[in-house]
Amino acid sequence: MSNAVSALQGASYVGGIAEIRELGLRGMITLRGDLADKKLIKAVKGIAGTMPDARRIAMNDKAGAAWMSSDELLLMVDHADAPSTIEALNSALKGTHFLAANVSDARAVFEVSGPSAREVMAKLAPVDFAPDAFTQGMFRRSRLAQVPAALWMSREDAFTVVCFRSVGEYMFDLLSVAAQGGSEVGAY
Amino acid sequence: MLILDCPCCGVSGEETEFHAGGEAHLKRHSVGSTDDQFEEYLFMRENPRGVHFERWRHNNGCGKWFHAARCTQTLEVFGTYSAQTYEPPKEIKDAISAKRPGWSWRNFS
Repeated sequence: MSNAVSALQGASYVGGIAEIRELGLRGMITLRGDLADKKLIKAVKGIAGTMPDARRIAMNDKAGAAWMSSDELLLMVDHADAPSTIEALNSALKGTHFLAANVSDARAVFEVSGPSAREVMAKLAPVDFAPDAFTQGMFRRSRLAQVPAALWMSREDAFTVVCFRSVGEYMFDLLSVAAQGGSEVGAY
Repeated sequence: MLILDCPCCGVSGEETEFHAGGEAHLKRHSVGSTDDQFEEYLFMRENPRGVHFERWRHNNGCGKWFHAARCTQTLEVFGTYSAQTYEPPKEIKDAISAKRPGWSWRNFS
């Protein structure tokens, strides 16, 4: 099998008001179906520990589940575990109307970290990033400048951004410019 | 700039997170319809100054379609509601009536 590599192979930008890092390969599974279905909830709990509420993300040490829309979840596992997770879902959800697709290699993942991470994000997305409005555990799909992205706070002062792999380089350049030294706004 | 509340995912977002999908509540005349009906469906659109009903898609978000009632003059949004309906729900009509008494749009008022 060919050697899987991430879009920017761990590129990073340091020295600005926030640090930008490409997080490398991550297993991602799009799970569509009836999110109120008991079998589906049980299967998601088996992978991520918790079923996320609307517009939220549930993460544990090794896996996560994010609420993408009223009939879609994004499951995150280790890159190598994605195929086996899909097999597990296929057998757990047999007989129900659902879709589980491996989209790991269609995505790029970035982390924006540092005390000014909120400002960097706020420069790019039409989302309220005030500390009391956007908190850990929330998950938001929006756009960053010209491309769609999904984002959440992985810890205090750090955001994780997921976008399509095809726009990975654009996203990295965009975040790097927004984080360049001396560009603090002081809004938060 | 419009601020729209997506009724599908509950996100309150501004215009650029959404995509306008044209006039709402059109009947899609096709096979078996008369030429006049088909012409009406293809070409005839409302272009009001004031209350208007539109379809929108949350394309940079949950990806779902929904309906919005807004004012073309002031850009005020009266409300958003499900796409799975043939006419605006009562609460949307009431919200418009409260601010634009006597409004009408196609067959609705």
